[in-house]
Amino acid sequence: MSIAEVEHVAWLARLALTEEEKRVMAEQLGRILDYMEKLRELDTEEVPPTFHTLEGMRVPLRGDDPRPGLEREEALAAAPDRADDLFRVPRTGEAEGEGA
Amino acid sequence: MSEVQTGRPVRAGGPASAPGGVAAGVPAGWEAVIGLEVHVELSTASKMFCNCPTRFGAPPNSQVCPVCLGLPGVLPVPNRQAVELAVRAALALNCKVATYSKFDRKNYFYPDMPKNYQISQYDLPLATDGYLEVPEGEGSRRIRIRRLHLEEDTGKSMHAADDIVTARYSLLDFNRAGIPLVEIVSEPDIATPEQARLYLEKLKAIMQYCGVSDCRMEEGSLRCDINVSVRRPGGRAGTRTEVKNVNSFRAVERALTYEIARQVEVLEAGGEVEQETRHWDEGAGCTRTLRTKEYAHDYRYFPDPDLPPLVLDPAWIEEIRRSLPELPDARRERYVREMGLPPYDAGVITASRALAEFFEETVRAYPQPKTVSNWVMGEVRRYLNEHGLEPEQIPVRPADLADLLAMVERGTVNMRAARQVFTEMCESGRPPAEIVRERGLEQVSDESLIERAVDEAIAGNPAVVADYRKGKEKALGFLVGQVMKATRGRANPQVVNRLLRERLGPPGTG
Ligand SMILES: [Zn+2]
Repeated sequence: MSIAEVEHVAWLARLALTEEEKRVMAEQLGRILDYMEKLRELDTEEVPPTFHTLEGMRVPLRGDDPRPGLEREEALAAAPDRADDLFRVPRTGEAEGEGA
Repeated sequence: MSEVQTGRPVRAGGPASAPGGVAAGVPAGWEAVIGLEVHVELSTASKMFCNCPTRFGAPPNSQVCPVCLGLPGVLPVPNRQAVELAVRAALALNCKVATYSKFDRKNYFYPDMPKNYQISQYDLPLATDGYLEVPEGEGSRRIRIRRLHLEEDTGKSMHAADDIVTARYSLLDFNRAGIPLVEIVSEPDIATPEQARLYLEKLKAIMQYCGVSDCRMEEGSLRCDINVSVRRPGGRAGTRTEVKNVNSFRAVERALTYEIARQVEVLEAGGEVEQETRHWDEGAGCTRTLRTKEYAHDYRYFPDPDLPPLVLDPAWIEEIRRSLPELPDARRERYVREMGLPPYDAGVITASRALAEFFEETVRAYPQPKTVSNWVMGEVRRYLNEHGLEPEQIPVRPADLADLLAMVERGTVNMRAARQVFTEMCESGRPPAEIVRERGLEQVSDESLIERAVDEAIAGNPAVVADYRKGKEKALGFLVGQVMKATRGRANPQVVNRLLRERLGPPGTG
C-alpha cells in the first residue's frame, strides 16, 4: 500500500499520522491486503456470498413503545460544552442539515 | 444518498416535451434529466433503534437516551412498526420487498450524529424496482423508483453566529437523531421541474394514504435532494449536480428551473458543468456551490456488526400487502367511474387523503357527489388557500356541510347566502341552521315582499330602466343587484329576475 493511500484513509478517519506511523501502517495494511489477494486465488464460483458476519442470525424486532430516556441534565452532563440546552461542538465546515 | 449505487446501469428518462414543443423550465434545444432522493419520516411513536419518543417540537435534547446519543456499550434494536411502515411504503410504490436486507454504517464526521456514523442500508436495501405514475397531458407518465431503504434520521445542527460561513460552533439538538426514515430514490426519469413537483405530490399522497408518514414538509418529515443534468435531445447525458436544502414543493420547482438554466448557460458558453453538491438559497433564488468533487464523500459503508440481517417472513409481507388501503390512483378512478366526477376534479380531491376523506364523508350524508365536489373544489379549497391551511385542517364537519347543501337544495338559502354561511361555519364551527336563523338569511320567496323591492328599484333608477328598454340587457343585472341589496341578499334570484322582466317588459321595447 502506498503512502498516498495511507494518507487518504487517514484523512477519511481524521487521523493525523507521523511519517513513521504512515510507513508502519502502509506495511501492515499492505500485508492484510496481500492476504486478501491470496484468498482470491480460491475458486468461489459455487459459494454464495457472505453479506454479513452474523449470517444466519436475524435481527430481533421490538415493539413501538415510547419510553422516556435520559433527563436532559443527565444527557448534557457528558457534553464537552453546551449552550443552554444544546450540545456545543466545533463546526466541521459543512452547512446545516448536511448529514442525512 | 446519491453515493448509493446498486451497480445497475442508470437509464435516463425520455424527453418531456412533445416533439417540437418546449417544456416549461427547460430551455429550447435542451433536455433535463432529473432524479429525486426523498427522505420520509415514518409515523412511529418511538425511534428506530431505541425507545425514545418522536414527538415533534419537544424541548431540545429532551428525547434522547444512551443509544441515540451514541454512548459506549449500547445496542440498537430495530422498531418493528418502522419496518412494517417501510414495507407498506415499498408495496404502495410497487417495489419488490427483499426478504433479506441488512443495516450498514455510513461513516462521517458531521456533528449531527454522535456515533460518527448513521445506520442506513447500502448494497442490500429493503426494497427495489418500484414506480409511481404522474399526470402528463391526458394520460400519465411512469417514474421508476430505484430503491427504498430504511435509515435513522440525524440530529439537528444550528449555528451560533447568523452567518453560516463564519460560525465557529455547531449547536446540537439530538431529539431527531434516530427517528426512522425511508429514503426513496427515483430513477432519473423526470424531465421537467413541473414533473418533479408532481412526483413529490404523488409520493406524499401515497405515503399519507397508507399511513406511513404525515409528510409535513414544514416540520421536515418529508425532505428532498435533487440530482440534475442537461443534454441535447438524443445526446449523451451531461455531468450532474446535486442540489440540497430544497424545503418545499415550490422550492423544488424553482431550484430545478434555476439549476437547469445555469447548466445550459455554462454549456452554451462553451464551459463544462462541474460535478458538485450545491445548496439552494431560497431567499436569493439561486443555487451555490457547497462542495466540489474533490471533497465528495467516501462514507466507507460496512455492515453494522451490532445488527444481524433483517430477515422478513414472506407471509408478513403478504399480510401487509393485503392491509394496504385504496391508493390515490384507484380512488381517483372510482370517483370518475362511480360518482361521475370530472377526472381533473377527482385528481385534485384524491391528491390529499384528508380532502378525499372529507369529500366521501360529506357524500355519505348528502349523496350528490357532483354538488359536493363543486363545493370542495370551490369554497372549501378557497377557504384553505386564503387561510394557508392544509386539508387536514378543514374547520368544518362533513355533516355540517351536508346540512348546508341540503338547505340550498330545499331553497332555504340561496347560493350567495350559502357561501356566507359556509365562511361563518369555518370561522365559528357552528352548524349552518343556527347561523342561518341567527342572521336571518332564509331565502325570501314571498313574492309580495320581493315585489316591493322590485318596484323600489325601478322607481329609484330611471336611467338604468331607460337603458334596459333601449336594449341594454346588462342593465337588468344592476337592477337585480339593487333588489338583492334591499333584501340583504336573501331574495330568491329566480323570482327577482322573473318579476323584473314582468314589470319592465322585453328589452329594446322602449
Ligand atoms: Zn434514544
